[in-house]
Amino acid sequence: MLEVRNLHVHFGVIHALKGISLTVNDGEIVTLIGANGAGKTTTLRTISGLKKPTSGEIILDGVDITNASAQERVRIGISHVPEGRRVFSNMTVLENLELGAYLRKDKEEIAKDLKKVFDLFPVLADRRKQLAGTLSGGEQQMLAIGRALMSRPKILLLDEPSMGLAPLLVQEIFNIIKDVNSNGTTVLLVEQNARMALQIAHRAYVIETGRIVLSGTGAELMESEEIKKAYLGG
Amino acid sequence: MEQLLQQIVNGISLGSIYALIALGYTMVYGIIKLINFAHCDVYMIGAYVGYVCMAKLGLGFFPSLLASMLVCTLLGVVIEKIAYKPLRNATRITALITAIGVSLFLEYTTMFFASADVRTYPPMTGFMAKTFKMGDVVISAQQILIALITVILMVLLQLIVKKTRIGKAMRAVSLDKDAAELMGIDVDSTISFTFALGSALAGAAGILVGVYYNSINPLMGVLPGLKAFVAAVFGGIGIIPGAMLGGYVIGIIEVFVAGLGYSMYRDAVVFAILILILIVRPAGLLGKNTGEKV
Ligand SMILES: Nc1ncnc2c1ncn2[C@@H]1O[C@H](COP(=O)(O)OP(=O)(O)OP(=O)(O)O)[C@@H](O)[C@H]1O
Ligand SMILES: [Mg+2]
Repeated sequence: MLEVRNLHVHFGVIHALKGISLTVNDGEIVTLIGANGAGKTTTLRTISGLKKPTSGEIILDGVDITNASAQERVRIGISHVPEGRRVFSNMTVLENLELGAYLRKDKEEIAKDLKKVFDLFPVLADRRKQLAGTLSGGEQQMLAIGRALMSRPKILLLDEPSMGLAPLLVQEIFNIIKDVNSNGTTVLLVEQNARMALQIAHRAYVIETGRIVLSGTGAELMESEEIKKAYLGG
Repeated sequence: MEQLLQQIVNGISLGSIYALIALGYTMVYGIIKLINFAHCDVYMIGAYVGYVCMAKLGLGFFPSLLASMLVCTLLGVVIEKIAYKPLRNATRITALITAIGVSLFLEYTTMFFASADVRTYPPMTGFMAKTFKMGDVVISAQQILIALITVILMVLLQLIVKKTRIGKAMRAVSLDKDAAELMGIDVDSTISFTFALGSALAGAAGILVGVYYNSINPLMGVLPGLKAFVAAVFGGIGIIPGAMLGGYVIGIIEVFVAGLGYSMYRDAVVFAILILILIVRPAGLLGKNTGEKV
């Protein structure tokens, strides 16, 4: 499905990604874990087209999209839930969700997807007329995920969906990610909460200062001594 | 009492003009955080286009209004493409200086082609020349026209911004450019559209002023532009209803100050208001005081 080959990204003189390669297969949940500043967000932003790479390739279903606009990438099925949720605070929940379907014209199917999102997140249905900025952190995260689903993506990029949430909510969000995945959406999940991420992921990559240093199945990495030491607190 | 009503009537006319101009400032500020100093000159160009249409081509008011709005729309889009778009990632001061440059360019280009002389709009005829008396309050057909057209344009604007796809895109881009891009919104064309809308309103204001005050000149935009900017700040810059409200408030205050016999101070009072707002409520009347300060 998604293949990233030897991606290099610079911010001025800062060399943020130093040759990232990773693959996400159809139907998988793949997680990318790593410490602060390792380059996780930059990787996702480059895949969704917000940041231009210096070199390297991004391929979706066999098509090279390295030079495609962010808009084009949404159209062909990439949807990105950005770090910090970034809901449109001054717009209603419903307007946020409608914007998720901005490029779609199939009104009836959009209505169906809206219903699906409301089924997935009943709290959003209750608050559809409320301004997104007045939602709690957890609700905003749900809205951000719901909004991203409204484009009917093939692959969902999630950037630290558990950030700043209470443990119970984190569990709920992770359950939802599993749900979304079992309904057929491929997921690339960036997390600092390595334990949770590895539990639900089919495969995982570990990123350190712009490089992939380790990869394997979720279970393999859970058992790895290095990972235990560095990311799972011993 | 009649005096008071008369002042309000006159204030609404002037305020309508300020409100129409203020909307352009506020929308552009909302979306790219730029105080578009050239906006007041788009309004001036609108007045000149109206003049050419009515005085030289002998067109009626409504076709001339459309022409003014259309030319200004194009002008606004072109200004954005040529002058501001290349500076999207530059510092704000760079963009601000560029805006002043564009403003001067428009003013002196107009002077070059149309001379610095004052031009006068042809006298109105028929219905447009009528005045109506209600007791001692005099309302001219032109004042009615200004108020009506302004309200219609504002309603249209609100419909566009609230209900249409592009309007939602505008609001989304104003709130968060990256997130908007992730929705598949074309940020560049949305910004372009915002300039188009603001400039169309400025064009309408230009021809309405021409009809109302008769005389126009290449520097006519400067002072009303500043006052409209004050109006936008007063209402809360970036907030559309704020600009509408601010326009009327500033217009009415100005007329009152003049009506009380302090005509000399009418401009000073407006700027005193600006200073006062910036001290007391920098986010403006309708703004949340947590927002970015101007
Ligand atoms: N806009 C930017 N300008 C300059 N440097 C940046 C920018 N964005 C990221 N960087 C740098 O790139 C590197 C990777 O940052 P990135 O945000 O991708 O890390 P991350 O893994 O997502 O971290 P976190 O877990 O804190 O979110 C960091 O060194 C960061 O300082
Ligand atoms: Mg990050």
